Amino acid sequence: MPAPAPQKVERKYVSTVNACKLCTPLGACLAFRGIEGAMPLLHGSQGCSTYMRRYIISHFNEPIDIASSSLGEKNAIYGGAINLKKGITNVIRKYRPQLLGIATTCLTETIGDNVPMILKEYLKEAGGPGDRETGGPGDRKDFREQGGLPLIISVSTPSYVGTHMDGFHLAVKAAVESLAEGGEKTGRVNLLPGFVSPADLRYLKEIMEGFGLEYTLLPDISESLDAPILEEYHKIPDGGTPLSEIRAMGRAQATIEFGRTLNYSYAAGNPYTAADYLQARFDVDKYSLGLPIGINETDRFFAVLEHLSGHPAPDSHRLERGRLIDAYVDSHKYLFGLRGIVYGEEDLVIGLASFLSETGIVPVLCASGGKSGRFEECIRAVCAAHAGNPAESLPVREGMDFYQIAEEAESLKPDLLIGNSKGYPLARKLNIPLIRVGFPIHDRIGGQRILHLGYRGAQRLLDQIVNTVIEKKQNDSPVGYAYM
Amino acid sequence: MSCDRESLAGAVSQRACVFCGSRVVLYPIADALHLVHGPVGCAVYTWDIRGALSSGTELHRLSFSTDLQEKDVIFGGEEKLAGALHELIDRYHPRAAFVYSTCIVGIIGDDLDAICKRVSREKGIPVIPVKSEGFKGGKRDGYMAACAALSRLVGTGDTSGIGPFSLNIMGDFNLAGEIWIIREYFEKMGIQVVANITGDGRVDDIRRAHGAALNVVQCSGSTLYLAQSMEKEFGIPYLRVSYLGIEDMTESLYAVAGFFGDPHMMERTRKLVRDELAVLYPQLQKYRQALRGKKAAIYVGGAFKAFSLVKTFRLLDMEVVMVGSQTGRKEDYLELKEITSDGTVIVDDSNPLELASFLRGKKVDVFVGGVKERPIAYKLGIPFCDHNHERKEALEGFIGMLNFTREIYSSVMSPVWQFVPGRKR
Repeated sequence: MPAPAPQKVERKYVSTVNACKLCTPLGACLAFRGIEGAMPLLHGSQGCSTYMRRYIISHFNEPIDIASSSLGEKNAIYGGAINLKKGITNVIRKYRPQLLGIATTCLTETIGDNVPMILKEYLKEAGGPGDRETGGPGDRKDFREQGGLPLIISVSTPSYVGTHMDGFHLAVKAAVESLAEGGEKTGRVNLLPGFVSPADLRYLKEIMEGFGLEYTLLPDISESLDAPILEEYHKIPDGGTPLSEIRAMGRAQATIEFGRTLNYSYAAGNPYTAADYLQARFDVDKYSLGLPIGINETDRFFAVLEHLSGHPAPDSHRLERGRLIDAYVDSHKYLFGLRGIVYGEEDLVIGLASFLSETGIVPVLCASGGKSGRFEECIRAVCAAHAGNPAESLPVREGMDFYQIAEEAESLKPDLLIGNSKGYPLARKLNIPLIRVGFPIHDRIGGQRILHLGYRGAQRLLDQIVNTVIEKKQNDSPVGYAYM
Repeated sequence: MSCDRESLAGAVSQRACVFCGSRVVLYPIADALHLVHGPVGCAVYTWDIRGALSSGTELHRLSFSTDLQEKDVIFGGEEKLAGALHELIDRYHPRAAFVYSTCIVGIIGDDLDAICKRVSREKGIPVIPVKSEGFKGGKRDGYMAACAALSRLVGTGDTSGIGPFSLNIMGDFNLAGEIWIIREYFEKMGIQVVANITGDGRVDDIRRAHGAALNVVQCSGSTLYLAQSMEKEFGIPYLRVSYLGIEDMTESLYAVAGFFGDPHMMERTRKLVRDELAVLYPQLQKYRQALRGKKAAIYVGGAFKAFSLVKTFRLLDMEVVMVGSQTGRKEDYLELKEITSDGTVIVDDSNPLELASFLRGKKVDVFVGGVKERPIAYKLGIPFCDHNHERKEALEGFIGMLNFTREIYSSVMSPVWQFVPGRKR
């Protein structure tokens, strides 16, 4: 199906009411949290760090320490360099991180702090080699070995540009640019999953191991943001992608990157994503896939793994796939023609829409606060046309807030809402069920354990959706059958 | 010890910023428009996060932002702000609008005062700028900015129909319906409540708040500045009160009755306290026996809350081994020292590492704190009570004492801790 040219949806409104996105540095902090021994530091005022910690804690139910350079009024006038340097020193002293991930905020970007330059000065003052780039592609040394300093990387994440997903991908790219090394090619595979749940990541590892592949999963928040209870309190939680594995990424045979909206052609010499960078610099093949949600998108992922490993998928996965199709059949009558509104991060919505349209549910509105300019064409690419509902006619909207979603919902008569907790007020108003996926889950326990990906995730989502539909039917029925 | 200073750069402080302080205080005013002028973050993180209930309109539960983009930062956000105000006022018909400045507003040079003045004229409602640029200080500076904004409303309304036995409830945010509990006590005593500032607050009530005979101020200072300025401008005295725990609750009611000096009111107050305690005391006993001698730690936003909690634990025969706050002042800590025993650790502006080491070292049985402290306690295997603005349980008043005790009991007595390594009992 030829993809229509992406249409920019012009905002009809000046104001944003109940945003359907988060701010850029939050994504960077989450990604840094997925690197072993890393500590995120926000260059900005104290509030940003506190707000983001609260927001993240309420989803994961895990401690997350995000340091702040705590700028005050004087710094806003004279620049934040002194505070940032003090901040770095204090974090290193207290936390002993292997890596310090610095993300800027709207304040420090607006006052024009040049963070890479400040870091250069810092290293010079700290007795590190001053001529070395910090975190630039030319830098290949671990500062811990070079004078006791952690590796310091920084990303520019003003919240007036993009969303938390941009911050997330920028942080991943910065980590790869500053650590990945070239050398003799190995059979290794880099897997860049994007922002998925700890349960998803644990399952991805299982899949990679099942194929017998050596791999680097970056970032990996499966343990650092979903840790077991321990005897001792860990300053920096265990888990995360080891630095040595990030270094090895330049020697891998391929990079698999989840996120259809990420796959744009970029201006030569300006690689957009971590996978682009690895391809341009180290000649690592890039495989760009959608988030593997539902059968079609998961099949594409497995096809790539079969190709890279040189052997078919283990039987266990084939059986899971078979059982999933069996479940699709068992439940098809409950779902056919149901109308679902899906919202959230663009790539998550694309994956979910693909899955829903496989089951017979019609995604009558796909909405995101993101504005990649590619949202609609990606949705069209994964959603098959439905009986009486050609895919072209279904609204796909980027740059949306919940006010606009609610406004469109009025005439759409949806049966289901699929997305994060923030859609609950709308689900309540419409008196329809909310299927909770993605981030944040602030009104239920176990957001970190929600499985979205692969055949197994699709099975879980399917069961949940079907049973929610049945339960509503049962509750609303005057008869109240105990069998369906 | 040193306190009341800026947080250290690089620390993982549990503190917030000016914007946060302003937002907390003004947020519960339910029929006002609360527009955050800045990039989307500040609005998004404060969307309906607090349990401030309203008995009617719920405009405060929505999150409004100008969602500034890069081009706005370069060319200024003034026209976008004016456009957003017009759009939202036309859509929701609020009684007033608060416009919160975030970090970058002053830096990009937006003239908030001028825009607010203009839109106020065009729309015929008060449009009030809140000077809450995050980096200009801590939460307490935000309280001041909020009080300055409130001051512009107070004194602009009609005070007819307000009697001599009247007051404003200040510094209560109606979390889980708490202000309704307190209002009912005052009404039983025969006192007219003029304005709720700000829990379940209404713009028109606040505009006539200067007609009340007394301000009662709870909390460590969120609205104290307003009470002080109302005393200066309108000669209205204020009393500092607390509704947490039997001791402070009772004392506060008597202090208010004492202020009005009416013997009938005092009698009604005594009866109210007697009736409430007659119900409450027997119910508390079971929990008290179970909790006797257990060690408690406290880390909350304001020192005033900490005082009440110390007394509450004392009443439950529990031992307070650590107490601290984000925004306490020197005199607050001296007072905490007074009312706690010698070995008690007192902390200001703590951080996760420090808290973890105190909780560990003091062998704490239960920890009272906010959202950011909860996962620390749980990771250490320590029972926890949420005492924050997201609460869904009322902790004020006599019924609140029971709820609080039950929550402490249900966490301390839970069987789950037996499985936590290092906490085997």
